[in-house]
Amino acid sequence: MAVVSRGFGARRRESDPRLPPGQYLTEDFPVLSAGPTPRIDLDEWRFGIRTETGGEVSWTWEEFQALPIEDVDTDIHCVTRWSKLGTSWRGVSLDTLLESVESEAEYAMAHSYGGYTTNIPLDELREGQAWVAFEFDGEPLDAEHGGPARLLVPHLYFWKSAKWVRGLTLMDDDEPGFWEQNGYNMHGDPWTEERYW
Amino acid sequence: MTVGGWQPARVIEAVGATPSARLLHLQVPGWPGNDAGQHVDIRLTAEDGYQAVRSYSIGSYGPGETIELAVDEIPDGEVSPYLVRDVLPGDELEVKGPLGGYFVWRPGGAAPVQLIAGGSGIVPLMAMVRAATDAGAAPSVRLLYSVRSAEDAIYRDELAQAATDGGVGLTWRYTRAAPDGWTGHVGRVDDDVLRAAVWEPGREPIFFVCGPTGFVEHVADALVGLGHPSARIRTERFGGA
Repeated sequence: MAVVSRGFGARRRESDPRLPPGQYLTEDFPVLSAGPTPRIDLDEWRFGIRTETGGEVSWTWEEFQALPIEDVDTDIHCVTRWSKLGTSWRGVSLDTLLESVESEAEYAMAHSYGGYTTNIPLDELREGQAWVAFEFDGEPLDAEHGGPARLLVPHLYFWKSAKWVRGLTLMDDDEPGFWEQNGYNMHGDPWTEERYW
Repeated sequence: MTVGGWQPARVIEAVGATPSARLLHLQVPGWPGNDAGQHVDIRLTAEDGYQAVRSYSIGSYGPGETIELAVDEIPDGEVSPYLVRDVLPGDELEVKGPLGGYFVWRPGGAAPVQLIAGGSGIVPLMAMVRAATDAGAAPSVRLLYSVRSAEDAIYRDELAQAATDGGVGLTWRYTRAAPDGWTGHVGRVDDDVLRAAVWEPGREPIFFVCGPTGFVEHVADALVGLGHPSARIRTERFGGA
Protein backbone atom coordinates (compact mmCIF):
# COMPACT_ATOMS: atom_id res chain seq x y z
CA MET A 1 0.00 0.00 0.00
CA ALA A 2 1.36 3.36 -1.02
CA VAL A 3 2.00 6.15 1.46
CA VAL A 4 -1.08 8.39 1.72
CA SER A 5 -0.45 12.12 1.44
CA ARG A 6 -2.73 13.85 3.95
CA GLY A 7 -5.35 16.01 2.29
CA PHE A 8 -4.22 15.35 -1.27
CA GLY A 9 -6.75 14.85 -4.04
CA ALA A 10 -9.04 17.87 -3.82
CA ARG A 11 -8.02 19.22 -7.23
CA ARG A 12 -7.87 15.88 -9.02
CA ARG A 13 -8.34 15.53 -12.72
CA GLU A 14 -10.69 13.11 -14.44
CA SER A 15 -9.06 9.84 -15.28
CA ASP A 16 -9.13 8.65 -18.88
CA PRO A 17 -8.58 5.05 -20.02
CA ARG A 18 -6.41 6.37 -22.84
CA LEU A 19 -3.85 7.63 -20.29
CA PRO A 20 -1.04 5.18 -19.50
CA PRO A 21 -0.13 4.77 -15.81
CA GLY A 22 1.60 7.74 -14.17
CA GLN A 23 0.66 10.18 -16.97
CA TYR A 24 -1.44 13.34 -16.87
CA LEU A 25 -3.35 15.05 -19.63
CA THR A 26 -2.13 18.29 -21.15
CA GLU A 27 -3.79 20.52 -23.73
CA ASP A 28 -0.65 22.40 -24.76
CA PHE A 29 2.47 20.88 -26.30
CA PRO A 30 5.51 20.86 -23.99
CA VAL A 31 9.04 20.61 -25.36
CA LEU A 32 11.78 18.22 -24.19
CA SER A 33 15.08 19.01 -25.91
CA ALA A 34 18.64 18.64 -24.68
CA GLY A 35 19.96 21.73 -26.47
CA PRO A 36 19.16 24.58 -28.85
CA THR A 37 16.66 23.99 -31.65
CA PRO A 38 18.46 23.32 -34.95
CA ARG A 39 17.19 25.19 -38.03
CA ILE A 40 17.34 23.12 -41.21
CA ASP A 41 16.96 24.56 -44.69
CA LEU A 42 14.59 22.46 -46.82
CA ASP A 43 17.03 22.72 -49.76
CA GLU A 44 19.64 20.96 -47.66
CA TRP A 45 17.35 18.54 -45.86
CA ARG A 46 17.86 14.82 -46.57
CA PHE A 47 16.43 11.69 -45.06
CA GLY A 48 18.53 8.57 -45.51
CA ILE A 49 18.66 4.93 -44.47
CA ARG A 50 21.92 2.99 -44.16
CA THR A 51 21.71 -0.77 -43.79
CA GLU A 52 23.91 -3.12 -41.76
CA THR A 53 25.72 -4.11 -44.97
CA GLY A 54 26.45 -0.53 -46.00
CA GLY A 55 23.63 -0.06 -48.50
CA GLU A 56 22.29 3.49 -48.59
CA VAL A 57 19.24 5.29 -49.86
CA SER A 58 18.24 8.92 -49.35
CA TRP A 59 15.54 11.37 -50.31
CA THR A 60 15.56 15.14 -50.84
CA TRP A 61 12.63 17.14 -49.46
CA GLU A 62 11.04 17.19 -52.92
CA GLU A 63 11.47 13.46 -53.44
CA PHE A 64 10.13 12.82 -49.96
CA GLN A 65 6.98 14.85 -50.60
CA ALA A 66 6.31 12.72 -53.71
CA LEU A 67 6.04 9.55 -51.58
CA PRO A 68 2.65 8.31 -50.36
CA ILE A 69 1.58 10.50 -47.45
CA GLU A 70 -0.59 9.22 -44.61
CA ASP A 71 -2.81 10.94 -42.05
CA VAL A 72 -2.11 9.76 -38.50
CA ASP A 73 -4.40 10.41 -35.53
CA THR A 74 -2.80 9.26 -32.31
CA ASP A 75 -2.17 9.85 -28.62
CA ILE A 76 1.37 10.79 -27.54
CA HIS A 77 3.06 10.16 -24.19
CA CYS A 78 6.18 11.91 -22.86
CA VAL A 79 8.37 10.29 -20.20
CA THR A 80 8.18 13.60 -18.28
CA ARG A 81 4.59 12.46 -17.60
CA TRP A 82 2.40 14.52 -19.90
CA SER A 83 0.18 12.91 -22.50
CA LYS A 84 -1.67 14.58 -25.33
CA LEU A 85 -4.68 12.82 -26.80
CA GLY A 86 -6.01 12.87 -30.36
CA THR A 87 -3.10 14.61 -32.06
CA SER A 88 -3.14 14.71 -35.86
CA TRP A 89 -0.08 14.37 -38.06
CA ARG A 90 0.83 13.79 -41.71
CA GLY A 91 3.89 11.95 -42.87
CA VAL A 92 5.41 9.03 -44.73
CA SER A 93 5.14 5.55 -43.23
CA LEU A 94 8.37 3.77 -42.34
CA ASP A 95 6.89 0.78 -44.20
CA THR A 96 7.14 2.84 -47.39
CA LEU A 97 10.68 4.02 -46.63
CA LEU A 98 11.99 0.59 -45.59
CA GLU A 99 10.72 -0.95 -48.85
CA SER A 100 13.68 0.75 -50.54
CA VAL A 101 16.29 -1.25 -48.64
CA GLU A 102 17.11 -4.89 -48.07
CA SER A 103 18.00 -5.64 -44.50
CA GLU A 104 17.92 -8.39 -41.93
CA ALA A 105 18.85 -6.01 -39.11
CA GLU A 106 16.84 -6.10 -35.89
CA TYR A 107 17.45 -2.58 -34.57
CA ALA A 108 17.58 0.97 -35.88
CA MET A 109 19.36 4.05 -34.59
CA ALA A 110 17.59 7.27 -35.55
CA HIS A 111 19.96 10.19 -36.17
CA SER A 112 18.97 13.84 -36.02
CA TYR A 113 20.29 17.17 -37.18
CA GLY A 114 21.97 18.55 -34.07
CA GLY A 115 23.41 15.15 -33.11
CA TYR A 116 20.54 13.53 -31.19
CA THR A 117 20.16 9.76 -31.50
CA THR A 118 17.65 7.18 -30.27
CA ASN A 119 17.42 3.40 -30.69
CA ILE A 120 14.31 1.44 -31.65
CA PRO A 121 13.71 -2.24 -32.54
CA LEU A 122 13.20 -2.38 -36.30
CA ASP A 123 10.03 -4.47 -36.09
CA GLU A 124 8.47 -1.64 -34.03
CA LEU A 125 9.01 0.73 -36.93
CA ARG A 126 7.10 -1.53 -39.35
CA GLU A 127 3.46 -2.46 -39.92
CA GLY A 128 1.91 0.94 -39.51
CA GLN A 129 3.64 1.80 -36.23
CA ALA A 130 5.97 4.63 -37.31
CA TRP A 131 6.22 7.60 -39.66
CA VAL A 132 8.48 10.46 -40.63
CA ALA A 133 6.03 13.30 -39.97
CA PHE A 134 6.24 16.85 -41.29
CA GLU A 135 2.79 18.26 -40.45
CA PHE A 136 1.13 18.71 -37.08
CA ASP A 137 -2.46 19.86 -36.70
CA GLY A 138 -2.69 20.83 -40.37
CA GLU A 139 0.42 23.03 -40.33
CA PRO A 140 4.08 22.47 -41.20
CA LEU A 141 5.80 21.08 -38.10
CA ASP A 142 7.44 23.88 -36.02
CA ALA A 143 11.19 23.64 -35.53
CA GLU A 144 10.84 23.48 -31.75
CA HIS A 145 8.63 20.40 -32.14
CA GLY A 146 11.07 18.77 -34.55
CA GLY A 147 10.42 20.35 -37.96
CA PRO A 148 11.00 20.11 -40.83
CA ALA A 149 10.42 16.42 -40.02
CA ARG A 150 10.49 14.16 -36.99
CA LEU A 151 10.12 10.49 -36.38
CA LEU A 152 6.67 9.58 -35.02
CA VAL A 153 6.55 6.32 -33.04
CA PRO A 154 3.54 6.99 -30.84
CA HIS A 155 3.34 3.60 -29.13
CA LEU A 156 6.64 4.39 -27.35
CA TYR A 157 7.49 7.33 -25.05
CA PHE A 158 7.94 10.40 -27.17
CA TRP A 159 11.72 10.73 -26.79
CA LYS A 160 11.84 7.84 -29.29
CA SER A 161 10.08 10.09 -31.84
CA ALA A 162 13.34 11.84 -32.73
CA LYS A 163 12.99 15.51 -33.66
CA TRP A 164 14.83 16.93 -36.71
CA VAL A 165 15.36 13.39 -37.96
CA ARG A 166 17.79 12.93 -40.86
CA GLY A 167 18.09 9.19 -41.10
CA LEU A 168 18.19 5.67 -39.74
CA THR A 169 21.15 3.36 -39.33
CA LEU A 170 20.07 -0.29 -39.26
CA MET A 171 21.97 -2.51 -36.81
CA ASP A 172 22.21 -6.19 -35.92
CA ASP A 173 22.61 -5.40 -32.23
CA ASP A 174 20.87 -2.88 -29.99
CA GLU A 175 22.85 0.17 -28.87
CA PRO A 176 21.79 3.04 -26.60
CA GLY A 177 21.01 6.43 -28.14
CA PHE A 178 21.32 9.80 -26.42
CA TRP A 179 18.74 9.66 -23.63
CA GLU A 180 19.27 5.92 -23.35
CA GLN A 181 22.87 6.72 -22.31
CA ASN A 182 21.58 9.37 -19.91
CA GLY A 183 19.18 7.44 -17.75
CA TYR A 184 16.23 6.46 -19.93
CA ASN A 185 15.05 2.97 -20.82
CA MET A 186 16.29 1.13 -23.94
CA HIS A 187 12.72 0.36 -25.08
CA GLY A 188 10.24 2.87 -23.61
CA ASP A 189 6.75 1.31 -23.52
CA PRO A 190 4.44 3.81 -21.74
CA TRP A 191 1.88 1.14 -20.79
CA THR A 192 4.44 -0.81 -18.73
CA GLU A 193 6.21 2.39 -17.60
CA GLU A 194 9.59 1.57 -19.15
CA ARG A 195 10.89 5.01 -18.17
CA TYR A 196 14.33 4.72 -16.60
CA TRP A 197 17.27 2.36 -16.22
CA MET B 1 22.65 5.01 -11.82
CA THR B 2 19.81 2.55 -11.62
CA VAL B 3 16.54 4.02 -10.46
CA GLY B 4 14.83 1.95 -7.83
CA GLY B 5 11.14 1.92 -6.92
CA TRP B 6 9.13 4.45 -4.98
CA GLN B 7 10.63 5.46 -1.65
CA PRO B 8 8.64 7.01 1.19
CA ALA B 9 9.64 10.56 2.10
CA ARG B 10 8.60 12.94 4.87
CA VAL B 11 8.28 16.69 4.63
CA ILE B 12 10.50 18.17 7.33
CA GLU B 13 10.32 21.84 6.40
CA ALA B 14 8.11 23.98 4.16
CA VAL B 15 8.88 27.69 3.84
CA GLY B 16 7.72 30.38 1.45
CA ALA B 17 10.27 31.40 -1.16
CA THR B 18 8.23 33.86 -3.26
CA PRO B 19 4.52 34.79 -3.29
CA SER B 20 3.89 31.70 -5.47
CA ALA B 21 6.68 29.27 -4.56
CA ARG B 22 7.72 27.25 -1.56
CA LEU B 23 10.89 25.45 -0.54
CA LEU B 24 10.30 21.92 0.67
CA HIS B 25 12.85 19.83 2.53
CA LEU B 26 12.17 16.13 2.26
CA GLN B 27 13.74 13.42 4.33
CA VAL B 28 14.20 10.31 2.19
CA PRO B 29 15.56 7.31 4.12
CA GLY B 30 18.07 5.54 1.90
CA TRP B 31 18.39 8.40 -0.60
CA PRO B 32 21.63 7.67 -2.52
CA GLY B 33 22.59 11.33 -2.96
CA ASN B 34 22.37 13.24 -6.23
CA ASP B 35 24.39 15.31 -8.66
CA ALA B 36 23.67 19.00 -9.15
CA GLY B 37 20.97 19.40 -11.81
CA GLN B 38 19.14 16.10 -11.40
CA HIS B 39 15.42 15.78 -10.80
CA VAL B 40 13.04 13.53 -8.92
CA ASP B 41 9.56 12.12 -9.48
CA ILE B 42 7.06 12.90 -6.72
CA ARG B 43 4.03 10.66 -6.20
CA LEU B 44 1.03 11.73 -4.16
CA THR B 45 -1.68 9.28 -3.11
CA ALA B 46 -5.12 10.33 -1.87
CA GLU B 47 -6.96 8.42 0.84
CA ASP B 48 -9.10 6.65 -1.77
CA GLY B 49 -6.02 5.48 -3.70
CA TYR B 50 -6.07 8.14 -6.42
CA GLN B 51 -2.50 9.02 -7.46
CA ALA B 52 -0.69 11.76 -9.35
CA VAL B 53 2.99 11.98 -10.29
CA ARG B 54 5.09 14.95 -11.37
CA SER B 55 8.80 15.63 -11.91
CA TYR B 56 10.64 18.36 -9.99
CA SER B 57 14.21 19.58 -10.16
CA ILE B 58 16.28 19.18 -7.01
CA GLY B 59 17.83 22.35 -5.55
CA SER B 60 20.24 20.44 -3.32
CA TYR B 61 23.08 18.14 -4.30
CA GLY B 62 25.52 15.67 -2.80
CA PRO B 63 25.22 12.90 -0.23
CA GLY B 64 22.74 12.86 2.62
CA GLU B 65 19.14 11.79 3.00
CA THR B 66 17.52 15.22 2.81
CA ILE B 67 16.64 16.85 -0.50
CA GLU B 68 15.34 20.33 -1.27
CA LEU B 69 12.70 21.15 -3.86
CA ALA B 70 11.43 24.60 -4.78
CA VAL B 71 7.91 24.29 -6.16
CA ASP B 72 6.24 27.15 -8.04
CA GLU B 73 2.45 27.02 -8.12
CA ILE B 74 0.79 26.53 -11.49
CA PRO B 75 -2.61 28.22 -10.93
CA ASP B 76 -4.77 25.51 -12.54
CA GLY B 77 -2.39 22.72 -11.58
CA GLU B 78 -3.22 19.64 -9.61
CA VAL B 79 -0.03 18.81 -7.72
CA SER B 80 1.80 22.13 -7.34
CA PRO B 81 -1.03 23.89 -5.42
CA TYR B 82 -0.98 21.03 -2.92
CA LEU B 83 2.79 21.26 -2.48
CA VAL B 84 2.78 25.07 -2.26
CA ARG B 85 -0.32 25.62 -0.09
CA ASP B 86 -1.39 22.47 1.67
CA VAL B 87 1.49 20.21 2.57
CA LEU B 88 2.89 20.56 6.11
CA PRO B 89 5.94 19.29 7.96
CA GLY B 90 5.27 15.69 8.96
CA ASP B 91 3.23 14.89 5.84
CA GLU B 92 4.32 11.97 3.71
CA LEU B 93 4.72 11.39 0.01
CA GLU B 94 6.84 9.20 -2.26
CA VAL B 95 9.86 9.89 -4.43
CA LYS B 96 11.69 8.10 -7.23
CA GLY B 97 15.16 9.12 -8.27
CA PRO B 98 17.55 10.75 -8.67
CA LEU B 99 16.79 11.06 -12.39
CA GLY B 100 18.61 12.46 -15.41
CA GLY B 101 22.23 12.18 -16.48
CA TYR B 102 22.70 15.04 -18.94
CA PHE B 103 21.60 18.33 -17.40
CA VAL B 104 24.13 17.75 -14.64
CA TRP B 105 27.23 19.59 -13.42
CA ARG B 106 30.07 17.85 -11.63
CA PRO B 107 33.23 19.54 -10.35
CA GLY B 108 36.51 19.05 -12.13
CA GLY B 109 35.88 20.43 -15.62
CA ALA B 110 38.22 23.10 -16.95
CA ALA B 111 35.60 25.11 -18.86
CA PRO B 112 33.92 28.11 -17.27
CA VAL B 113 30.25 27.55 -16.48
CA GLN B 114 27.44 29.82 -17.59
CA LEU B 115 24.09 29.34 -15.91
CA ILE B 116 21.01 31.08 -17.31
CA ALA B 117 17.67 30.79 -15.47
CA GLY B 118 14.18 32.03 -16.18
CA GLY B 119 11.78 32.07 -13.21
CA SER B 120 11.63 28.77 -11.34
CA GLY B 121 14.24 27.42 -13.78
CA ILE B 122 16.71 28.54 -11.12
CA VAL B 123 16.20 25.34 -9.07
CA PRO B 124 18.64 22.92 -10.78
CA LEU B 125 21.04 25.82 -11.38
CA MET B 126 20.97 26.65 -7.64
CA ALA B 127 22.22 23.12 -7.02
CA MET B 128 25.08 23.86 -9.43
CA VAL B 129 25.89 27.18 -7.71
CA ARG B 130 26.02 25.38 -4.38
CA ALA B 131 28.14 22.53 -5.76
CA ALA B 132 30.57 24.92 -7.46
CA THR B 133 30.85 27.10 -4.36
CA ASP B 134 31.60 24.10 -2.16
CA ALA B 135 34.16 22.84 -4.71
CA GLY B 136 35.96 26.20 -4.77
CA ALA B 137 34.94 26.70 -8.40
CA ALA B 138 32.62 29.68 -7.87
CA PRO B 139 34.85 32.19 -9.70
CA SER B 140 34.45 30.18 -12.92
CA VAL B 141 30.66 30.28 -12.63
CA ARG B 142 28.41 33.04 -13.91
CA LEU B 143 24.66 33.15 -13.44
CA LEU B 144 22.17 35.26 -15.36
CA TYR B 145 18.78 35.10 -13.64
CA SER B 146 15.70 36.54 -15.33
CA VAL B 147 12.70 37.19 -13.07
CA ARG B 148 9.59 39.36 -13.30
CA SER B 149 10.57 41.29 -10.18
CA ALA B 150 12.89 40.90 -7.20
CA GLU B 151 10.17 39.33 -5.06
CA ASP B 152 9.67 36.59 -7.67
CA ALA B 153 13.28 35.44 -7.32
CA ILE B 154 13.61 32.08 -5.57
CA TYR B 155 16.87 31.92 -3.54
CA ARG B 156 17.34 35.71 -3.78
CA ASP B 157 19.32 36.09 -0.55
CA GLU B 158 21.41 32.95 -0.96
CA LEU B 159 22.36 33.96 -4.50
CA ALA B 160 23.37 37.43 -3.37
CA GLN B 161 25.60 35.80 -0.77
CA ALA B 162 27.08 33.34 -3.27
CA ALA B 163 28.03 36.36 -5.39
CA THR B 164 29.43 38.48 -2.55
CA ASP B 165 31.21 35.82 -0.51
CA GLY B 166 31.81 33.05 -3.01
CA GLY B 167 32.63 34.94 -6.17
CA VAL B 168 29.87 33.62 -8.43
CA GLY B 169 29.30 36.20 -11.18
CA LEU B 170 25.63 37.12 -10.72
CA THR B 171 23.57 39.23 -13.12
CA TRP B 172 19.90 39.95 -12.48
CA ARG B 173 17.47 40.68 -15.28
CA TYR B 174 14.06 42.06 -14.31
CA THR B 175 11.38 41.66 -16.96
CA ARG B 176 8.51 43.62 -15.33
CA ALA B 177 9.65 45.68 -12.36
CA ALA B 178 13.08 46.48 -10.94
CA PRO B 179 13.81 46.95 -7.25
CA ASP B 180 14.38 50.45 -5.84
CA GLY B 181 17.73 51.87 -6.81
CA TRP B 182 18.10 49.64 -9.88
CA THR B 183 19.85 51.56 -12.63
CA GLY B 184 19.77 48.96 -15.39
CA HIS B 185 17.11 48.36 -18.00
CA VAL B 186 13.93 46.38 -17.44
CA GLY B 187 12.88 43.85 -20.07
CA ARG B 188 13.47 40.38 -21.42
CA VAL B 189 16.90 38.90 -21.97
CA ASP B 190 18.22 40.07 -25.33
CA ASP B 191 21.52 39.93 -27.23
CA ASP B 192 22.93 42.97 -25.40
CA VAL B 193 22.22 41.40 -22.02
CA LEU B 194 23.81 38.14 -23.12
CA ARG B 195 26.91 39.85 -24.50
CA ALA B 196 27.41 41.74 -21.25
CA ALA B 197 26.59 38.99 -18.76
CA VAL B 198 27.81 35.81 -20.36
CA TRP B 199 31.32 34.34 -20.78
CA GLU B 200 32.51 35.21 -24.28
CA PRO B 201 32.78 32.44 -26.92
CA GLY B 202 36.60 32.50 -26.78
CA ARG B 203 36.46 31.19 -23.20
CA GLU B 204 34.52 28.14 -24.43
CA PRO B 205 31.98 28.10 -21.60
CA ILE B 206 29.53 25.28 -21.03
CA PHE B 207 25.94 26.52 -20.71
CA PHE B 208 23.06 25.30 -18.61
CA VAL B 209 19.82 27.07 -19.55
CA CYS B 210 16.59 26.31 -17.66
CA GLY B 211 13.19 27.95 -17.67
CA PRO B 212 9.85 28.13 -19.47
CA THR B 213 9.92 26.82 -23.05
CA GLY B 214 9.68 30.26 -24.69
CA PHE B 215 12.50 31.67 -22.54
CA VAL B 216 14.83 28.74 -23.21
CA GLU B 217 14.09 28.72 -26.95
CA HIS B 218 14.85 32.43 -27.16
CA VAL B 219 18.03 32.33 -25.08
CA ALA B 220 19.44 29.20 -26.75
CA ASP B 221 18.82 30.62 -30.23
CA ALA B 222 20.45 33.91 -29.23
CA LEU B 223 23.52 32.13 -27.81
CA VAL B 224 23.98 30.22 -31.06
CA GLY B 225 23.62 33.54 -32.91
CA LEU B 226 26.37 35.04 -30.73
CA GLY B 227 28.75 32.27 -31.75
CA HIS B 228 28.41 29.68 -29.00
CA PRO B 229 28.38 26.11 -30.39
CA SER B 230 25.09 24.22 -29.89
CA ALA B 231 26.97 21.26 -28.45
CA ARG B 232 28.03 23.37 -25.44
CA ILE B 233 24.49 24.51 -24.62
CA ARG B 234 22.46 22.18 -22.40
CA THR B 235 18.81 23.05 -21.93
CA GLU B 236 15.88 22.09 -19.80
CA ARG B 237 12.43 23.45 -20.66
CA PHE B 238 9.10 23.34 -18.86
CA GLY B 239 5.55 24.20 -19.84
CA GLY B 240 3.85 24.25 -23.21
CA ALA B 241 4.70 25.85 -26.50
